[in-house]
Amino acid sequence: MRGTTLYDKLVDSHTVRSLSEDGRQLLLYVDRTVLNEYTSPQAFTGLRQAARPVWRPQAALGTVDHVNPTASRRTTAMPDPGAARQTEYFAENCAHFGIELFDVMHKLQGIEHVVMPELGLVLPGTVIAAGDSHTTTYGAFGALGFGIGTSDIEHYLATQTLIYKRLKPMRVSVDGDLAAGVTAKDLVMALIRMIGADGATGYALEFAGSTIAQLSIEGRMTICNMAVECGARGALIAPDETVLEYLASRPRAPKGGLWSRAVDSWQSLRSDPDAVFGREVAMAAALIEPMVTWGTSPDQAAPINDLVPDPGQESDQGRRRDMERALSYMGLTPGTRLTDITIQRAFIGSCTNARIEDLRSAAAVARGRRVAAGVRAMVVPGSSSVRRQAEAEGLDRVFLDAGFEWRQPGCSMCLAMNDDVLHPGERCASSTNRNFEGRQGAAGRTHLMSPAMVAAAAINGHLTDPRSRAGV
Amino acid sequence: MEQFGIVEGIAAPMPAANVDTDVIMPKQFLKGIDRSGLGDGTFHGLRFGPNGEERAEFVLNRPEWRTASFLVVGPNFGCGSSREHAVWGLRQLGIRALLGTSFAGIFFDNCARNGLLALTLDHDAVRSLTDLASDPATAKLTVDLPRQSITAVNGKRFAFDIEPARKEALELGLDGVATTLRFRDDILAFERDYLEQSPWLM
Repeated sequence: MRGTTLYDKLVDSHTVRSLSEDGRQLLLYVDRTVLNEYTSPQAFTGLRQAARPVWRPQAALGTVDHVNPTASRRTTAMPDPGAARQTEYFAENCAHFGIELFDVMHKLQGIEHVVMPELGLVLPGTVIAAGDSHTTTYGAFGALGFGIGTSDIEHYLATQTLIYKRLKPMRVSVDGDLAAGVTAKDLVMALIRMIGADGATGYALEFAGSTIAQLSIEGRMTICNMAVECGARGALIAPDETVLEYLASRPRAPKGGLWSRAVDSWQSLRSDPDAVFGREVAMAAALIEPMVTWGTSPDQAAPINDLVPDPGQESDQGRRRDMERALSYMGLTPGTRLTDITIQRAFIGSCTNARIEDLRSAAAVARGRRVAAGVRAMVVPGSSSVRRQAEAEGLDRVFLDAGFEWRQPGCSMCLAMNDDVLHPGERCASSTNRNFEGRQGAAGRTHLMSPAMVAAAAINGHLTDPRSRAGV
Repeated sequence: MEQFGIVEGIAAPMPAANVDTDVIMPKQFLKGIDRSGLGDGTFHGLRFGPNGEERAEFVLNRPEWRTASFLVVGPNFGCGSSREHAVWGLRQLGIRALLGTSFAGIFFDNCARNGLLALTLDHDAVRSLTDLASDPATAKLTVDLPRQSITAVNGKRFAFDIEPARKEALELGLDGVATTLRFRDDILAFERDYLEQSPWLM
């Protein structure tokens, strides 16, 4: 019998029962969820209408993150009436069903996928489903994380399970050293460009290889986070010493004898040497360059020293039409140097890149320099804990002295559900995950890149190679 | 959930790749606490200009496809955000089925939970269906879930596959939670063993 992949081990260990003859459709036990104010209300209403309790309230955590303002002085005020209604209803529901809540004034409030790991709530070998597509982040710990819709949030809360269709496993092997100035963000953007925005649809990814093994937990989270942008509904990295070191000191991680037992059981969380994957992809780390998107889909990306591509060179008619539409929306001309593209906004934030390591790398670029005239630059830390840590290290001063805004945590302008919005036509260098039309504001134009590149773009007023003299 | 049996209606072509849920349901329509009022938000940026005027060129604004029940879509439809509002909005706009080569995973599940039939077909079938939908004379289709077939007015038929469990849930309009709670004892037994073996998760 051939070996088993890490993904299949996780699914097997959480299968309550099969729901189809071939066993691909199954009832999956889910360990934990995290809830936000905008995808949960209708789920709670469904429970209330059917008079159903929450199966395991202690396995859920609520945090306000999507709609709250991020102004530097925190208040309970929600200027938008819809946001106010959502946060009020969220508080009511968490209280009613016995779920712990981090509201905007809470000292642990932050973006859900930043808060969960930093508390130690994401443990190897667990399954975590949540009402946000970037739940794939948790794969950095060897946990199967995936996004679900509101109906499935209700299903989870009522039954602790989900109706689940087993995916095919796909391995992405990355070996060698990343060049100086090249980050985990560039790695995952290069992967998405290579396999396409639907390249991993129907698959669960496993990242392996020496490059991945050398990455910090923050870097691994960035990669697993963006795996959903190539269609993966799960992205795993086998847990190793880096994971154990990160978790050991976390407040909600197991302690003492339970910790030792847990660590013992996690040893088997790796794909067997003879496991077979449905698809294998290999990347050489040394060939990866700093990446930036030029279009309106995350796979419309290129190395920073490239030119805006010419749709005329694209032989596939459908792809050519999509490129033309993207360039027209982005207001770009084929053949333009990407480094000649000027910006009006710069945004460092989001569950992809607003952890302490991200802020350190951006601050290293910003230190002692000034944001270019005509650019508005914002830093939105991923959580209150990240914000405090950054302030303890003096990073807030670095950003403020350079002319960046130093704001309060939230999803903010990653999806612009609050008042942090691009105006029509504004162009933004952004450390986020989606460059969709209108994502950061109607008719706004987004270029995705690493946090250090956003800082460099803010200072130079145009997209910048972080390895060049202008970038460092 | 509304049942799906045999549905006859107009199909509209929407061949662009990677139509994401931000485009299907923009952020300004996500501020509710119920499912209502989302029909206006669906494809808002494509349907309406900056001053709220209809964009005449958008397919669902054209008289031939204004009452479309089906969309023949490009690859990776529904990618991006998990927002189920996108599916609620499509349903409220009167869309009953989506015909395409691939759908994003979360979106696909959200469709199944809301009586929206998302059908994955091969490239040739989707190309033919796009051609049929693009001509008002042939845009009328019959989607027959029990027989797993799509029929065009010119008699052309396309068979489709669907997992038996998803088919049954759509045909009967089943409530997912109630269906799963039939296995309550299985879940309890599983959970007891699981937590006993991994007490650090208690």
